[in-house]
Amino acid sequence: MIVNSFLLPRPGGTDPVGRPPRAERRHTPKVDTSGLYRRALVAAFRKLDPRVLVKNPVMFVVEIGTVLMLLATLAPDLFGPGQAGRGYNVTVTLVLLLTLLFANFAEAVAEGRGKAQADSLRKIKGETTAHRRRPDGTIEDVGSSSLHKGDLVRVDRDEIIPGDGEVMEGVAYVDESAITGESAPVIKEPGSDIASSVIGGTKVVSDHLIIRITADPGQTFLDRMISLVEGARRQKTPNEIALTVLLAVLTLIFLLVTIALGPYAAYSKVPVPLATLVALLICLIPTTIGGLLSSIGIAGMDRVAKFNVIAMSGKAIEAAGDIDTLILDKTGTITFGNRLAADYLPVGGQAERNLAESAMAASWQDQTPEGRSIVAMSARMGLGDRAEWGAATGIEFSAQTRMSGVDLPDGTSIRKGAADAIKRYTIEGGGRVPPDLDAAVRTVAELGGTPLVVVRDMTILGVIYLKDTIKPRMRERFEQLRRMGIRTVMCTGDNPITARVIAQEAGVDDFMAESKPEDKIRYIREEQAKGKLVAMSGDGTNDAPALAQADVGLAMNSGTHAAKEAANMVDLDSDPTKIIDVITIGKQLLITRGALTTFSLANDIAKYFAIIPAIFATGFPQLQALNVMRLANPESAIVSALVFNALVIPALIPLALKGVKPRVSSAEQMLLRNVLLYGMGGIIVPFIGIKLIDLVVGLAMR
Amino acid sequence: MTATAVLQIAYYLIILLALAVPLGHYMARVYTGEAHVAQRILDPVERLFYRLAGVRTDDDMTWQRYAGAVLWFNLLGILAVYALMRVQDALPFNQSNLGPVVPQVAWNTAVSFTSNTNWQAYGGESTLSYLTAMLALTVQNFMSAATGMAVLVALIRGFTRRSAQGIGNFWVDLTRGTLYVLLPLSCILAIVLVSQGVVQTLSPPVNTVLVDSSASAYGKGLLTQIIALGPVASQIAIKQLGTNGGGFFNANSAHPFENPTPLSNFLELESILLIPVALCFTFGAMVRDRRQGWALLSVMFLIFVPLLAICVSAEQAGNPLFASLGVDQHAGDLQAGGNMEGKEVRFGIVSSALWAVATTAASNGSVNAMHDSFTPLGGLVAMWLIQTGEIVFGGVGSGLYGMIVFAIVAVFIAGLLVGRTPEYLGKKIEAKEMKMVSLVILVPAAGVLIGTAIACVVPAGTAALGNPGIHGFSEILYAFSSTANNNGSAFAGLTASGIFYATTQGLTMLLGRYWIIIPILAIAGSLAAKKIVPPTSGTLPTHTPLFVLFLAGTIMLVGALTYFPALALGPIAEHLLIAAP
Repeated sequence: MIVNSFLLPRPGGTDPVGRPPRAERRHTPKVDTSGLYRRALVAAFRKLDPRVLVKNPVMFVVEIGTVLMLLATLAPDLFGPGQAGRGYNVTVTLVLLLTLLFANFAEAVAEGRGKAQADSLRKIKGETTAHRRRPDGTIEDVGSSSLHKGDLVRVDRDEIIPGDGEVMEGVAYVDESAITGESAPVIKEPGSDIASSVIGGTKVVSDHLIIRITADPGQTFLDRMISLVEGARRQKTPNEIALTVLLAVLTLIFLLVTIALGPYAAYSKVPVPLATLVALLICLIPTTIGGLLSSIGIAGMDRVAKFNVIAMSGKAIEAAGDIDTLILDKTGTITFGNRLAADYLPVGGQAERNLAESAMAASWQDQTPEGRSIVAMSARMGLGDRAEWGAATGIEFSAQTRMSGVDLPDGTSIRKGAADAIKRYTIEGGGRVPPDLDAAVRTVAELGGTPLVVVRDMTILGVIYLKDTIKPRMRERFEQLRRMGIRTVMCTGDNPITARVIAQEAGVDDFMAESKPEDKIRYIREEQAKGKLVAMSGDGTNDAPALAQADVGLAMNSGTHAAKEAANMVDLDSDPTKIIDVITIGKQLLITRGALTTFSLANDIAKYFAIIPAIFATGFPQLQALNVMRLANPESAIVSALVFNALVIPALIPLALKGVKPRVSSAEQMLLRNVLLYGMGGIIVPFIGIKLIDLVVGLAMR
Repeated sequence: MTATAVLQIAYYLIILLALAVPLGHYMARVYTGEAHVAQRILDPVERLFYRLAGVRTDDDMTWQRYAGAVLWFNLLGILAVYALMRVQDALPFNQSNLGPVVPQVAWNTAVSFTSNTNWQAYGGESTLSYLTAMLALTVQNFMSAATGMAVLVALIRGFTRRSAQGIGNFWVDLTRGTLYVLLPLSCILAIVLVSQGVVQTLSPPVNTVLVDSSASAYGKGLLTQIIALGPVASQIAIKQLGTNGGGFFNANSAHPFENPTPLSNFLELESILLIPVALCFTFGAMVRDRRQGWALLSVMFLIFVPLLAICVSAEQAGNPLFASLGVDQHAGDLQAGGNMEGKEVRFGIVSSALWAVATTAASNGSVNAMHDSFTPLGGLVAMWLIQTGEIVFGGVGSGLYGMIVFAIVAVFIAGLLVGRTPEYLGKKIEAKEMKMVSLVILVPAAGVLIGTAIACVVPAGTAALGNPGIHGFSEILYAFSSTANNNGSAFAGLTASGIFYATTQGLTMLLGRYWIIIPILAIAGSLAAKKIVPPTSGTLPTHTPLFVLFLAGTIMLVGALTYFPALALGPIAEHLLIAAP
């Protein structure tokens, strides 16, 4: 804890450690995206390989259609007489190829971004030389990739730490900026849970450390992060599989619709060329979502990584979107974890100013956050520095006396401390306890605060109200969560009275007071038994079982290895509130998929109105009544629908990569909004789009 | 629509709801095993059946066992009906001395009645003996309806049970549905129908002298007429109530002995939708959230009422070609107006159109007018209601389980749109459910599309047509829609007793029934094994007007996208042709 940099919270949202607000410390490694689109273009062609495309049933059908059309173009008589002209066949073939390339390009761009990020991470990782300590104490130099769990290594000043590990000996500053984005070096020392863990790829900037390696090669944080952003081991999530099933069955139905149209037309004695049937099929099957589905997934993982969170799987991110209950520690998550002065309560008829001045004097040499906050509060009342305070003798807090204070040069002694300790001290010194003291102490306790009693020369002046301060905007965030249907539970070791006050002030839905780690697990199990999904964030060793029990566990990077092993996500910035961002990303993934699926299906209505009258223009002239768009001629109508179908994919790439912005609103409102936007929009847009394309294509085909 | 039409429809719907609400709650008690009136009287009978069959009521079946029981029982039904038809000449109660039914018709009819389709490849009075009608057709009318309801109840249990292995006992569900629901209702309706003049006798057909003799097409004098009789009322009651639809007579409910008076017509009409509507309330009661039942029922009405209005209006408007010839087609005191071709004068436009829409919305398939003679738009309504998968009311049991499947699809897409893994009634919808749901949507559509396509190109398919051209295409499309979705009504005009149609349609009926039931039971099993997720404010409610609209939209979109090309070449082309010649 960097005690000296204590500052009162500013409206801007800076936390007490003085870090800038979260938005400003997003991802660090410089990502080199130059040449991204050129590489994606190359990859788009490479992905035409049927062995790759077969994994995506919708786009695989497009590929088969393209091959059929290519054959029809090269040998027009291959599929029997009555086929269309070569120019028409060539056009259809090209538009189909374009559709495939657009979809491949979208995926390649998403993957390319991940790769670029992975590359920059790999640069950090690099292969370094490690000084491994043999059992006999001598040092040997080995490559960092040959280090195993349990090896001891020595890292000197200005050297890169070769792997994830735990500090066994030495105290040193480590620059973790390459990974966490935290520019100030942090101190690492053995023993403490928080400060003893180091990440491979970070740099020792002072002194030296002896580190016990805790990860085997390929299992380090960097390795995990690289494979995450690269999407190398990306498996389809359960929801993605379910959607793929739905898309596959729709594709199959449309395949049957198109195949059956051939015999219908034969019965009606209207020849339909192959090109037209293929065009109809490709227009009907959900190519928009089919082409962008994997990009959405990859981009989602990428967004999580940009928040500096390492997720063990895509499943964990989607599970986060479904969370019903969120368990957060009070200290450090909801509150700053420091008790800060909030008010003075004078007793025994003393003036408030008198109390404030003595409190300030007693705290002048106190460097704890509590002490600084008392000085700051008195300073706000216009009280100022006195020369004699600096020259006074400071009395340190001790567990025996449970008080601290100063003895001024003129002999005045001022103490502040727990109520019973001060009372005993005063009575023993011959002083008197004012009758209204107990009432004031109780008032503070009932407000959820900690009372500190101030005494000067055996005269009790009053009580300082120390309060656990809630981080800015927490209330607002909990309110947002509530509207999304997520219940928040605060977990604290405080007594129930204090806990209730903080819970009310923070706006959480429930709290666990005087909670022990087992209580957390029990609470999680109870919620899960009710069928709820539970998320929690934690950092201590004793949180590990609870993190493992929770459906989504976010461990802090500053936390213990046990906690990090048990969690399914690790936040490199050690910001427990970030779980809320992960929840949002999880929801966003689903919404984006849903929006594009709805849009894709709704588009089919307009395409039918373009293509059906066109197919039967000669056989059933009365069907021209369905040509509501008044498209120029049958060929132009079909080609326009197909071109629209292809162009929609690149037009929606930005949406697929960025994701649909989730609104904080009830499920019902969100459904209404998205149905209007993507459902109704999906019906209307293609009518306009196809007509506009027809105006151009119609001219060319005349 | 005329004011009379609106009033008639309003009465129909109000009385329907008034009857369905108590029936629905009664059925919930029947299937959950709670005490009810009929049980006090019939309980010994129920227990006797179990003792005879060696069924233990507490034997909870997994979905695989339940499905196995359904399939074995139905296979037995098919074999029994087939055997009876093939040897009916050697059995008693063959008052008209009819020969054995030809194999392809016997096969088609056996499948048709066991699968609750009741497509009539047979000729009724001219094909079947009284014994066949009673023992084969009427028994299967009860059994197929009870099977549908049992499967629905098993699916509902999938939603209500948590972390369970079983979904109930098929034999118990089958017995209770028959004994406590179908039999009592059928007895009451049969007696009322007899009072209206529906025949119920084992006497042979009456040979009578014509009051007004006429001449046949060959110029031969026609002096006598054979009037067919039989045990009609008992078959007609369950035919209407169990969404079966297979008539005793070839002319079905257009025949005066099946449906003699406006009152009998009204009662038979109410019976078509009674149980399917009531089951929505059973559903609401069983999942302990009545709003869910109302929501699904609202979706059905939301699709049904506008389509009904289109059909009635189209029939009342008549044929535009006649209008251009100066024929008065307006309704007036002296004439019904509109398109009266193929309609009974005693029923008129509204009752005929209402029946056509109800019988195709529900998978009943009985007719009181010939759908083939409807205007193209009127016929389109009937055809499309079948093609949406028989889920707007649909068959008893089967309609609602089909609707629940669409609700799962809607919940899935809506769940994505609100960013939560979809849940319906507290059960998470995941890949396994979506796979089964896909089958339920795919199989009937494949049956219709492939069946029609084959019939369009093979000579046996086109040779059986009564009309060439566009209308002939509609006839084929209607026939396959009807069998693949287990409706059973016909556009007529198509000779369905030939080898090609009898066999292919037998196949589509089998697929459309059992390849829905198996995945439905698989969904039931998968859901029953899951926990129930308590609703939070983030859960998408499935009882609100918005969800009702979304579900109705999903059904109509899937139905429209699947059948638009076929409909465009059939009824739509025909309509446009006569509307703007």
